Amino acid sequence: MSSMPEIKEELVFDRPGVLADKPTHYCPGCQHGVIHRIVAECLEEFGLVEKTIAVSSIGCSVFLYNYLMVDTVEAPHGRAPAEATGVKRARPEAFVFAYQGDGDLASIGLAEIMHAANRGEKLTIIFVNNTVYGMTGGQMAPTTMIGQKTTTCPAGRCAEREGGPMRMAEIIAGLDGVAYSARVAVNSIKNLAQAKRAVRRAFETQLHGDGFGFVEFLATCPTNWRMTPVAANERVAKEMIPGFPLGVYKDAAKED
Amino acid sequence: MSGKRIFIKGNEAIAHGALAAGCRCYFGYPITPQNDIPEMLSSAMPAAGGQFVQAESEVAAANMLLGAAACGVRAMTTSSSPGVSLMQEAISYMAGSELPGVIVNMNRGGPGLGDIGPSQGDYFQSVKGGGHGDYRTMVLAPATCQECYDLTFEAFELAYKYRNPVLLLGDAIVGQMKEPVVPREPLAVDPEEGGDWKLTGRGQRAPRLLKSLFLEDGALAGQNILLQRKYESMRDEVRVEDFETKDAELVVVAFGSIGRIAKSAVRTLRAEGLKVGLLRPITLYPFPDSVLRELAAAGKRFLTIEHNLGQMVDDVRLAVRGLADSAFYGVFPGNLPTPDEFLEPIRAAAKGA
Repeated sequence: MSSMPEIKEELVFDRPGVLADKPTHYCPGCQHGVIHRIVAECLEEFGLVEKTIAVSSIGCSVFLYNYLMVDTVEAPHGRAPAEATGVKRARPEAFVFAYQGDGDLASIGLAEIMHAANRGEKLTIIFVNNTVYGMTGGQMAPTTMIGQKTTTCPAGRCAEREGGPMRMAEIIAGLDGVAYSARVAVNSIKNLAQAKRAVRRAFETQLHGDGFGFVEFLATCPTNWRMTPVAANERVAKEMIPGFPLGVYKDAAKED
Repeated sequence: MSGKRIFIKGNEAIAHGALAAGCRCYFGYPITPQNDIPEMLSSAMPAAGGQFVQAESEVAAANMLLGAAACGVRAMTTSSSPGVSLMQEAISYMAGSELPGVIVNMNRGGPGLGDIGPSQGDYFQSVKGGGHGDYRTMVLAPATCQECYDLTFEAFELAYKYRNPVLLLGDAIVGQMKEPVVPREPLAVDPEEGGDWKLTGRGQRAPRLLKSLFLEDGALAGQNILLQRKYESMRDEVRVEDFETKDAELVVVAFGSIGRIAKSAVRTLRAEGLKVGLLRPITLYPFPDSVLRELAAAGKRFLTIEHNLGQMVDDVRLAVRGLADSAFYGVFPGNLPTPDEFLEPIRAAAKGA
């Protein structure tokens, strides 16, 4: 029996403890998992796990609570910002964030997101924009791009018929109560690092009591886009980012 | 009792009752005829160390209530008929997620925009669920300003006892009238209330989840079995005002403001020697079926009077079925009836006509 050569190991990468140790239900190539991880890392880095209350919303990401081990309440379609308002007002000492998709936030819940932002509620909204309704089977979203085919605009979204895609990070940035609004993507390592910086800033905004923090993620939906995961990721760079430019649209703390 | 009487509107009594019950989060949206409540609480709630938010809509107000309720903080929203329709989504979710909260409906005329006059046209919506799915809310119906105060106070206790939304169904009459009210000693809410389910941030314990989505095979059935069991157990809370039914040949069944007006009519007819009495359900859900059934078994006839075109009468008939029926007299929504208006219908029903 020969002895094994001794290898010195150094752990450089691990799963955040607040993320459950189980496979997600998301389709291959979907980026919800990556976004969950960024949120999880930031919660741990700021030491917020124990004082966080999450509001999970509708669609594929409702099961956020199966993966993120924090206190969570579920919201009806579009109402997460109103519900999160109730949570934060009831427990001002808690760290509160809501996780919403594009149909949820930009269509049925447009009033709730605009007014929570305008009131300057001390919340963080993680907004995942994949330009399509995911769980309901690929219908047109308010963020669907011109020419993009969905099950309810099979010939491609037409501006004259359906209007153009709503750019929420810019819209939200225009409201007085907003302390931070940014759009990020996770299609490349560089963008991923920027995305994490944005979530960190949005979290800081809440922790400093500055007001409303909003981070829009551009994300893939290979299943409903009828694409391979690789092609879907390429679409983010080729079509989505030009249509939804990345960047920080408001950072009130920096402007002071 | 903390003694000193105050002279206030029914709407204001609701606001006072909520504050005394430890309500510390209020969310609302203006709508007539209940605006006295948010107007008063906009200053009184922050003064009591609580939160007041004028929401962007009734939809948002009810969902803010849902969020605060999930945190185990005593919270309330108030509205009137069209606004309460918009709140039904959140109320269904609160029932599904078993969250306690108080929703006040100062009923006005409908359907649709209707008018701003009094009505009891939201009876069906209040007691049969209102939103989607199989659920019930406990429903309390005040007839006086004192009851507006007391029943609001007790609504919070019941909401927490059953972990369920509790609805107070008043109307434009009781909301706008002014009467002396004896306030209670303000409640010191137990900080441990809701301690086994409320969201606080997980701290050192396992994370908690409040939800109404149950996708696993059989899970939703399991949740609904628990909910139905709970709704059944609410029967212990049945409350009625019984006025001279013992020797009555005819029992008038009426709730809220109409119950009070009908009581005056019954009193007048008693003085004429007519053997009539009044049963006023104070809890509309749970409905006092067994009380009515006992009266039916004792051979009474029934007349249901409502400020609508026939809603509670269905429940009265179900309660007394096989033994008796109920006549019906409806006041059109928006109209304001006097006791005299009820004299003839009661006489006619007493004769068995």
